[in-house]
Amino acid sequence: MKKLNELTRRRVLRGMMAGGLVGVGLPILDCMLNTNGTAFAATGAPIPPRLATWFWGLGVGEGEWQPKTAGADYELPRQFKVLEPLKKKLNLFSGGQVFLDGGSNTTHFTGVQGLMTGTVSGSAGDYHGSLDTIIGDVIGKGTRFRSIEVSCDGDPKATWSARDTGGRQPAEISPVALYSRIFGAEFKDPNAAQFTPDPAVVLRRSALSAVTDERQRLMKTVAASDRAKLDNYFTSLRALEQNLEIQLQKPEPLAACTKPDEPAAEGPQSTLAVDAMARHDVFAGLLAHALACGQTRVVNLCITQGMAGLRREGEPSSHHTYTHEEPIDPVLGYQVKCDWFRNTYINGLYKFASILDSIHEGDRTLLDRMVLFAYTDHGAPRLHSVLNYPVITLGSGNGRMKTGVHVAARGDAVTRVGLTVQQAMGVTAGSWGTRSNRVTTPYSEVLV
Amino acid sequence: MQKLNAPMVGPTPVPTSVPMNKSMCRSPRQSLPRPARMLAAGLLTLALAAPSMGAFAASTDANSASQVWLRLSPSQYKQVIRDIFGPSIAVTGRFEPEIRDKGLMAIGSREASVTDAGLERYDALARGIAAQVVDERNRATLIPCKPRSATSSDDKCAQAFVTSVGRLLYRRQLSRDEIKVQVKVAASAAQSLHDFYGGLGLALSNMLVSPDFLFRFQRSEPDPAHPGQYRLDAYSKASNLSFFLWNSMPDEQLLQAAESGAIHTKQGLDRQVDRMLSSPNVEIGVRAFFADLLGFSDFETLSKDPTFFPRYTLKVKEESQEQTLRTIVDHLLTRQGDYRDLLTTPHTFMTVSLAALYGVPLVDTSDNGQPDHWQAYTYPPDDPRAGLLAQASFVALYSPAGRSSPTGRGKALRETLLCQNVPPPPANVDFKFVQDTSNPKYKTTRDRLTAHRSDALCAGCHKITDPIGLALENFDGAGGYRTTENGAVIDTSGELSGHKFTGPVGLAKALHDDPAVTSCVAKKAYAFGSGRMPLESDPGWAQIKSKFSESHYNFVALLRQIASSDVFYSVPPQQVASAADSAAAAH
Repeated sequence: MKKLNELTRRRVLRGMMAGGLVGVGLPILDCMLNTNGTAFAATGAPIPPRLATWFWGLGVGEGEWQPKTAGADYELPRQFKVLEPLKKKLNLFSGGQVFLDGGSNTTHFTGVQGLMTGTVSGSAGDYHGSLDTIIGDVIGKGTRFRSIEVSCDGDPKATWSARDTGGRQPAEISPVALYSRIFGAEFKDPNAAQFTPDPAVVLRRSALSAVTDERQRLMKTVAASDRAKLDNYFTSLRALEQNLEIQLQKPEPLAACTKPDEPAAEGPQSTLAVDAMARHDVFAGLLAHALACGQTRVVNLCITQGMAGLRREGEPSSHHTYTHEEPIDPVLGYQVKCDWFRNTYINGLYKFASILDSIHEGDRTLLDRMVLFAYTDHGAPRLHSVLNYPVITLGSGNGRMKTGVHVAARGDAVTRVGLTVQQAMGVTAGSWGTRSNRVTTPYSEVLV
Repeated sequence: MQKLNAPMVGPTPVPTSVPMNKSMCRSPRQSLPRPARMLAAGLLTLALAAPSMGAFAASTDANSASQVWLRLSPSQYKQVIRDIFGPSIAVTGRFEPEIRDKGLMAIGSREASVTDAGLERYDALARGIAAQVVDERNRATLIPCKPRSATSSDDKCAQAFVTSVGRLLYRRQLSRDEIKVQVKVAASAAQSLHDFYGGLGLALSNMLVSPDFLFRFQRSEPDPAHPGQYRLDAYSKASNLSFFLWNSMPDEQLLQAAESGAIHTKQGLDRQVDRMLSSPNVEIGVRAFFADLLGFSDFETLSKDPTFFPRYTLKVKEESQEQTLRTIVDHLLTRQGDYRDLLTTPHTFMTVSLAALYGVPLVDTSDNGQPDHWQAYTYPPDDPRAGLLAQASFVALYSPAGRSSPTGRGKALRETLLCQNVPPPPANVDFKFVQDTSNPKYKTTRDRLTAHRSDALCAGCHKITDPIGLALENFDGAGGYRTTENGAVIDTSGELSGHKFTGPVGLAKALHDDPAVTSCVAKKAYAFGSGRMPLESDPGWAQIKSKFSESHYNFVALLRQIASSDVFYSVPPQQVASAADSAAAAH
């Protein structure tokens, strides 16, 4: 039996994290990593990069926000000043646009469609192959969840993640449900001394193969137009099987992983921004733990749908309504109420990034080992502009991206940012997008 | 607990959380026992049919030419589980969100697949249901045989369960191989767990995540009466009919009609349609259709600011939907009224909470402590609060959290009741006039919208939406009645297709006389059952519309016309081409 004053790794982990939602930096002990801190010593497996996407609705509002200078020595604009402590770990992309190619601008949709999928069709039902899934296919293998989606405003449809052959992934809207899904009975602590496969999981895995075997029979009979749908179903089934398979394997020890406390039950449905952001903060903590515990390598968080319907208490109109109707303050040069919402959201981004940055994996933080990709639906929302999109990336993707840079795009397709992040995360594609949104050149100034 | 052969009585629609009012002649499923009786009846049929099961492969899948998939809606999923296993089996958990297309989730179900996260949810639902079905408390009722030993496998009993339940879940007979696979799953798990029921639960859980359960297949086959054309096969026809009229899977008699081929004869089909329309279960179908048409799923994310609307509580939100569905069922089924009169009917149902919201006097006649008591309520003639559009389920649903929205209401009205498409706003519009409520020059919403329409870019769309939406301005954002806004009298004059009117009463009358109203509900009812809009050029469709008119827009007559028509079960030309490709690939 170990003495009480003997500091074991397990004791360090349990004691320091204590399940708190706001992360406390924990080192992956040196003995667990190779001499360069880039791989696990036990297996030689590289520490995987991870991706988080983070969507806020309605851009930055009216008013100038582009930094005056490009490159490393730039000043963060007022609108993103709250991110100043992390400035060296982020890149700000400005000036990118979505080309409509003569098509209509379905407001609050087409711009994101172009930015996230590289293709513009204007049809809400035609949203496939988002950036996160392309990257997830490369970095996300071997985890319980191919990705995890959450929405902070109570709408499960508020999500921009969609596979090539399927619809948009439904978002989890309840932190309690998310906790149960990730850290409930099926969670296997990677740092547990003992590992015993659950016989019930063995049986479920075995039983599901009977459903998988139906694929061939159904494929023979399905109409050509529905084959993609069938494919999607069986791909999802495969993901479920993989989830079970992973539960049957002893996980790689992950020092940064601790099981968080279960969140408190939520109140009734509300459209207040403060409630949505309170939920955001809880989600942010849970997602950070999920990434640190190797449960997934891709998480997608949306505060709202594009047409953000969040309100301030006692105000009759929502953020979206104010973007169109609030006069621009002649002295300040921007819409004051809209600015409050934007500020509230970006504060949330700072909190999320800070949590990720407080979790240590060897000589780097979790934020360093990933890319947090923050994007929005309109450049200037008052007129539904698809020009001058602000995109922010935080983290270096495990050293694959330079940070601290303002990239001034000057009218490029905004898909260049997506291609850059894809290449940084190991996607081998040399181009991305279709028609005028197709790009072949990443921003080399931020690629290592 | 119901015994296997004991009839289920009382209402069992999903969802219905409040007792039915005495004024309504009937409640669903009063006379039709389904769950346990279906299992028993199914077993008997299967026992008789088992030797010939292989023959049914011809109409189950492999030889069918093509399949179109419609994902079960959450309400269909729940209703099926309730009908098979009874109301004591709770379906807890969330579903993959539905997709609305052309105004209906039922059409969107053709596009819907199952995502990773969605399948996780279906898996969790399946395990929850299976655990309850095989639970010690329910076994005697829901498992139609007793194993030789509860601690080991019993293939015979497992086969009986898989065969009978599988037939109801998949809406067709299972092939021998399909049964064999699930019996093997049950046996293998029973041996590992030393628990027959645990093994059976795993097999049930498997069937509940199978695409054969989660999706309704519309299989087509060559139509012998029309060489070169295709029709839905018998099982698909039965499913279309059952989900259309009852929002659930085919019952035993309908499955038998499919298996015998009787459903392909006019007489056989008419017999089933008559039987199903005379069943109280038709209320379940009517409720599901109108909940879809009126967009009730959007209530999940609707909330109002209590600062402005303190009476709009969670209870009122739930009750407002129930009020509308009760009004519809009462008018269309109980009173057999003209569909158009739904817009003007003074008859409705009220709770104390709703009465407070609407500002109508209601004497609470309930016994002390009886919650959610519904009372029949009749408005006096020409009361602006009468009719479907004046109910909170419409005016509150299409208003934001803190105010009303004539544009939103007008758009919803056009799209929901008239099947007209209102284009989205152009991307470069300045809305500054609309919500500057502090501007003394524009006191009412009408004033502000009029100013907004001075922009030519905006005028086009607002001319479509506002003249009808403004007529509902007597209702605030939560459905409360008002005559002034910011101290100014509200002007509720409006116009529809050149016909001028005043207020909600005038609007309802104008709509009543608009032929688009009846044409729209007919199209949407058809689409609710088939997953696609009818082809206007099809003579069969013209006949349905004509008969609807001849019936004085009796909704049950419309359901009968659609359900008995050939066109409802036909395979559209583009699907025929796909079917031919698929058939070639299959062979």
